[in-house]
Amino acid sequence: MNKASPNWLNFLSISFLVLWLVLACVPFLWTFWGSFKVQADFFSKQDWQNAIFGIRTLVETGSSFTTDGYEGAWIQEGFWKAALNTAIVTLSVVAISLTLGTLGGYALARSGFRYAFWILIAALIFRAMPHITLVSGYLLPFFELGLWGHLSTTIIVLVAINQPFTLWMLHSFFLSIPKDLDESAMVDGCTRFQAFRHVIIPVMWPGVITTGLFSFLLAYNDFAITALLLTEENQTMVPKIASFLGSTQEQGNVMFAVAAVVSATAPLFVLVMFFQRQIVSGLTAGAVKG
Amino acid sequence: MPHHTFFKFIWPSALAMLVFIALPIISITIQSFYIDHEQVLVTVENCGPFGCKEVTKVDVEATRALSEQKPLGKFNGFGTYTNRNHLAFSHISEAWNAAPNLGYFIGEVLNLPFYKALSFTLTYTFIVTPCVIILGFCIALCVNRLPSIFKGPTIFVSLLPMIITPLIGSLVLFWMIDAEGIIGSFLKIIFDDPSLSLKASPTLTWIMLIVYGIWHHAPFAFVVFYAGLQTVPKDTLESAMIDGASKWEQTQYVVVPHLMPLVVFISLIQLMDNFRVFEPIVGFNAQASATSLSWLIYNDFRSGDGAMLFGSAAATSILTIIGVSILLTPIIVRTWQSSKPAVRG
Repeated sequence: MNKASPNWLNFLSISFLVLWLVLACVPFLWTFWGSFKVQADFFSKQDWQNAIFGIRTLVETGSSFTTDGYEGAWIQEGFWKAALNTAIVTLSVVAISLTLGTLGGYALARSGFRYAFWILIAALIFRAMPHITLVSGYLLPFFELGLWGHLSTTIIVLVAINQPFTLWMLHSFFLSIPKDLDESAMVDGCTRFQAFRHVIIPVMWPGVITTGLFSFLLAYNDFAITALLLTEENQTMVPKIASFLGSTQEQGNVMFAVAAVVSATAPLFVLVMFFQRQIVSGLTAGAVKG
Repeated sequence: MPHHTFFKFIWPSALAMLVFIALPIISITIQSFYIDHEQVLVTVENCGPFGCKEVTKVDVEATRALSEQKPLGKFNGFGTYTNRNHLAFSHISEAWNAAPNLGYFIGEVLNLPFYKALSFTLTYTFIVTPCVIILGFCIALCVNRLPSIFKGPTIFVSLLPMIITPLIGSLVLFWMIDAEGIIGSFLKIIFDDPSLSLKASPTLTWIMLIVYGIWHHAPFAFVVFYAGLQTVPKDTLESAMIDGASKWEQTQYVVVPHLMPLVVFISLIQLMDNFRVFEPIVGFNAQASATSLSWLIYNDFRSGDGAMLFGSAAATSILTIIGVSILLTPIIVRTWQSSKPAVRG
């Protein structure tokens, strides 16, 4: 702690931070804990403490912890199918948008012509379009062409929506790789593609991993596009959870949705745990460099 | 890089953006001028044991044939833009003429779906954005003072609200705020009102959504500011200290000016993201009290009888895009002016 600053300032800053950390993580801990209880405990009419100690859960299932919610969601309601779809969609989106993005971002970083700047500005404007306004442009043509409802259509749409951001980020990353590196390869007789392939690709992984994380988050977290572009059997996790809410409220199976929410959150936790440094550097790359 | 090499590198990315971002914008512009075909009605004579009578009914075959022939619907000009669900000019002028006072007029206007959504969207955007910047800045200052072993775990926990799926994040909070959830029960005890429900009151719903928005977006501002704080010039800080500046003065005169460019960046991203607020409204099931422009579009596709109102959704989309442009023009012009020299190299 900074010795030069007065005690009251240290105290104030620590207590503010503790308050923020509590706000940031308690909702997740609470929901995680509650997902192993029955509905009568998680939404207790008698006493909120029931959700902690699982009084009704003990009465109804014979133990203070129950995995009924998870069984109901994953097996009975077929959440495993949605999880599989999410895996297909997110992995494809990340792979394709990184491939297109590295090529485009590299070209933008090395072009030196005025139009590269205009393409970046256009990408920034595209980035500002609310996703759902674009979806309303897709629906009718997709119905007419018979493209609606397939996972592959959604993947391509998500890739395209991802492009502006990917381009910006990789563009600023490639700017930080010295020009001399690929230019000296070209002096030695490489073509642009060969220079890209043999000189740039080996050193670009830190930037690509960071950008890939954000592409992953965009595809994984999307609701507007997946909810409107996929048929019911092709649904990914997030729209599936939304459809639980509609159907389970009457059946009294809110706990299915709670279990599904916890299941869908788990991969994100793992992601932050392993890639915290990359996420932080990625968020700041855009601000500091561009 | 020569033009043709540049083109070879950029075309897949450019094509994806043209087909799936630029074309849809054109597509909604066209769609917004059309509305669904009216159903084709036929009059048939229905004869029963008690005589004949003429019945008008929908000719399903002919209606389907017509919509297959012209899937866009029929041309409506600016009709969709001016109807009750969008700009509602005639309703506004009626309300203006009938209104005894300004309050009544504003109340009437805010009852119209488009203006109701617009008022929430703007309120949300303009409250969440500055709050996120201030809260993020405070967290960054505090984290920056921590001993380095605590920094990692603190940043980990602080990132959680941001990386969470918006729909899931809002559901998690919604379940806690539920009258039978933990926060809901506490509020009932604090205010000693067993019938208190955040969901039932429009004002409380708005506050709830705004609090969620700040919670969700603050980590972004925090991370950006935190990285900015690492680059504050040490010399300037030290000379300010030697000149007798207090902690507060150092922050005010050295740190804040240094971070100003980041404020512009964060506001740009936040204005874009907050203007499209949508998932929290679905997650909090708040559409009775608060709607947003994005939610209106979604709702046009989810209306009860399964019919999709393409024209209406397209008109709202166009109005939303106009809104985004108005909102972002000042910042983009500024960025453009300041980034001009940087791009030439």
